[in-house]
Amino acid sequence: MANEKDKRHILSMLVDNQPGVLSRVAGFFSSRGFNIDSLCVSETHDPLISRITLVAMGDMAVLEQIKKQLNKLINVIKVLDFTDVDYVERETALVKLRARPEHRAEILRMTGIFRSRVVDVGSDFYTVEITGDEGKINAFLKLVKNMGIKEVARTGLVALAREKK
Amino acid sequence: MVDIYDELIKTDIRHITVRHEQGAVHAADGYTRASGKVGVCLVTSGPGATNTVSGIASAYMDSIPIVVLTGQVPTGLIGNDAFQEVDIVGITRPCTKHNYLVKRVEDLGKTLKEAFYVARSGRPGPVLVDLPKDVVKAATTYRPIKLVHLRSYNPTYEPNFRQIPKAAALIKEAERPMILTGGGAILSNASEAVRRLAWKIQAPVASTLMGMGAFPGSDPLWLGMIGMHGTYRANMSSATCDLLIAVGVRFSDRVTGKVEKFAPNAKIIHIDIDPTSIRKNIPVSIPIVGDCRLTLEKLNAFLETEELGDPGGVRRPWLDQIREWKATKTLKYVQNEVIKPQYVVEKLCEITNGDAIVATEVGQNQMWAAQYYRFDRPNCFITSGGLGCMGFGFPAAIGAQVAFPDRLVVDIAGDGSIQMNIQEMATAMQYGLPVKIIVLNNSCLGMVRQWQELFYDRRYAHTEMEATPDFVRLAEAYGAVGLRAVRPEDVEPVLKKGLSHPGLVIMDFVVEKEECVYPMVPAGAPITDMLLV
Ligand SMILES: Cc1ncc(C[n+]2csc(CCOP(=O)(O)OP(=O)(O)O)c2C)c(N)n1
Repeated sequence: MANEKDKRHILSMLVDNQPGVLSRVAGFFSSRGFNIDSLCVSETHDPLISRITLVAMGDMAVLEQIKKQLNKLINVIKVLDFTDVDYVERETALVKLRARPEHRAEILRMTGIFRSRVVDVGSDFYTVEITGDEGKINAFLKLVKNMGIKEVARTGLVALAREKK
Repeated sequence: MVDIYDELIKTDIRHITVRHEQGAVHAADGYTRASGKVGVCLVTSGPGATNTVSGIASAYMDSIPIVVLTGQVPTGLIGNDAFQEVDIVGITRPCTKHNYLVKRVEDLGKTLKEAFYVARSGRPGPVLVDLPKDVVKAATTYRPIKLVHLRSYNPTYEPNFRQIPKAAALIKEAERPMILTGGGAILSNASEAVRRLAWKIQAPVASTLMGMGAFPGSDPLWLGMIGMHGTYRANMSSATCDLLIAVGVRFSDRVTGKVEKFAPNAKIIHIDIDPTSIRKNIPVSIPIVGDCRLTLEKLNAFLETEELGDPGGVRRPWLDQIREWKATKTLKYVQNEVIKPQYVVEKLCEITNGDAIVATEVGQNQMWAAQYYRFDRPNCFITSGGLGCMGFGFPAAIGAQVAFPDRLVVDIAGDGSIQMNIQEMATAMQYGLPVKIIVLNNSCLGMVRQWQELFYDRRYAHTEMEATPDFVRLAEAYGAVGLRAVRPEDVEPVLKKGLSHPGLVIMDFVVEKEECVYPMVPAGAPITDMLLV
C-alpha cells in the first residue's frame, strides 16, 4: 500500500446551495497547504442543496482534522469520506486530439475500445468524450498522447457510495 | 450606516462612539468576556470594516461571541470597486465563526437572529453581518422569529452517556490526577463544577492563560498557570500526573511546549464542546464532546454514586509531592532601588483584594498580570490569549466597565501596547468610564527584548522605545488624571491614589527595563525545561 501520508481521499459533501460556501470549504484545504486534485460542485435533486465532490492527496491525520472542521461549518450539512468505503466513481473528459490523416483510423479504433465517442470533428482536430473512473481516463490519455493532445477538459470526479447488494 | 444611526437614536439601545473601529471590536469583546452577554459593534464600510479585522481575529481565537455589523455599498455596486467597498465577508471568512452578506431586506430579521444564535451557541465565536446600504434603507414588515433552526448546525451539549462511566473509572484508578481548565471552562460557567470535582477526587488544578479564574487562585489545590510561563509546580505536575482531566482547553503550543513530551505519563480525559479541539494536538484516552459544565455536573453526579474510598489518603503522596514543588518558589523577584513590575502587580492585587476586573495588553505585562494577580472568580481576567493582540486591553477594559459601571476595572499595560489604542482615552472620558490604566513602563517592547536577551545574544534590534509620550501629561491632555511612580516607595501611594479616583486614570510605573518573565520555557521545548530566576 502507498504511504499513509500520501493517501488519496475522496470527500463528498452536502452543502447549502449558497454563495461563499465553496470558498469556505476550499479555504480549509488551502490554509493547510493541501492541494485539491479535483473538485466538482453542482446542485442535487433538492435545489437548496449542492454536492461537492473533492479529491485530495494528503496525510490521514490532517485530513481527519479537516473533515471535523468541515463538519463544523454552518453551511455544510454532511461530509462523507469514501476512502474506506465501497463507492462508484465517474469522470468525464473532453480530449481534443490532433487528427493527422494517418492517425484518424487509430483514433476511431481507440474510442471504440474505450467506449467513448467523437463529439466534434474539425479539419485538423477530433474531440473525444470519454467517461469512466479516473484510471480509465488516465489510460486513454496515455495511449493517445503520441498523436498529439491539444487540450483536455476533465469534469473532476463524482462519486456515490454503493448500496448493499 | 447613517440610516441605521438615524433609527438607533430612536431606541434605548446603549451606544458608545469609539475613536477607532479596532477599539470598538475589542470593547464589544471585553464587554462579553466580563458579562457573558453578546457585545455588538457597528462600523462603516470599507476602512471601517478593515479596521475591525484584528479585533475579530482576537475574539475568534478565544471563542468570544460578538456580533460585528459592517456597512456595505448598495447591492447594485458590489463588485464594482465602488467607493469604500471592500469584500469584508471574504476577508473575515477565516476569522469569524460565520458571516453573512444580507442581500434582501426580507432576510435581515432572520439573519440577525441567526447571527446571535450562531455567535453564542456551541463553541462561541464572532459573527459578522455585512449590510448593504440599499438593504438597510428599504422597508419591510418585521416578523419575530422565536427559534432558529439550522439543518447543518447542531452543537452537542449533552455528553455521550457512555463516556461518563469510562471517565469515572479512570479517575478511580488514578494515583496522581490533575485538572487543567481552559477558556471553555469559563465560557460554559463550569467553575463550580470544577471546584466540586477537584475537591471530591483531591486533584490539583492548573489553568491555561484563558482559563484563569475558572478555579480560585486562593484554593489550596490551585497549581497556577501552566505552559511557557507557567508555575514550576503546574508544569512539573503535568509531567508527573497519571491522569489529566482537561476541561475546555485546546492544547495550544504555548501550553504544551513540545507535544511529544507533554503529560507523558498521563491518560487524558478531554472535555470540549468542539470536536475539532479533541485529538487535534494531543492524543486522548477518553474524549467527551459536550458542554464543559453539563459534562462535569454529570460526572460529579456519577461519582456521587460510586465508592471512591479515601481520595485524600490514596493521593497523599501526590499532594505531598506538589507541596514540595510549591516550596520551590519560582514566582519571585528582588525589589531593590528600581521598581519591579511584579511588585506593582502584587501590590495591586493586595490593595484591590483580588476583586478587580483585570484586562491586560500583550507581552510581559500580560504574563506578570497572570502570574502575580490572584483570580478567585471567572470573567475577571480579560486578555487576548490566542491572537496575543497588542492594543486589546484598554478598549476591552472599557467594554468591561460598560458592563459593570460600579466595579473596579484596570488595564495592566506595557508602554508599547498602550499606545496602540490610546485614542480610546477620549471614549472613556466622554462616557465617564473610570478605567484605571497601569503602565508597566520599561521603555521597550519588553517581551521581545526578553527573547533577544535569552535567545539572540542580547542583540536588542529595534525594541528600544524612545520618544514615548509623558503619560501623566497625556492623561491630563485628555482631561484624565495622570500619576507617576519612579521609586519603589511610590508604588503603594500611587496605586491607592489612582484606584480611589472616581474617573479615568493613567498610572505610569517606571520599572526595571531588564526584568524577564520567569519561569520561561523556550519555544518548542518540553514544559519541564524551565528557565528559572
Ligand atoms: C499587534 C501586535 N504587534 C506585535 C506583537 C508582537 N509583540 C508581542 S509582545 C510585544 C512587546 C510588547 O511591548 P509592551 O507593550 O511594551 O509590553 P511589555 O512586554 O514591555 O510588557 C510585541 C511587539 C503583538 N503581540 N501584537
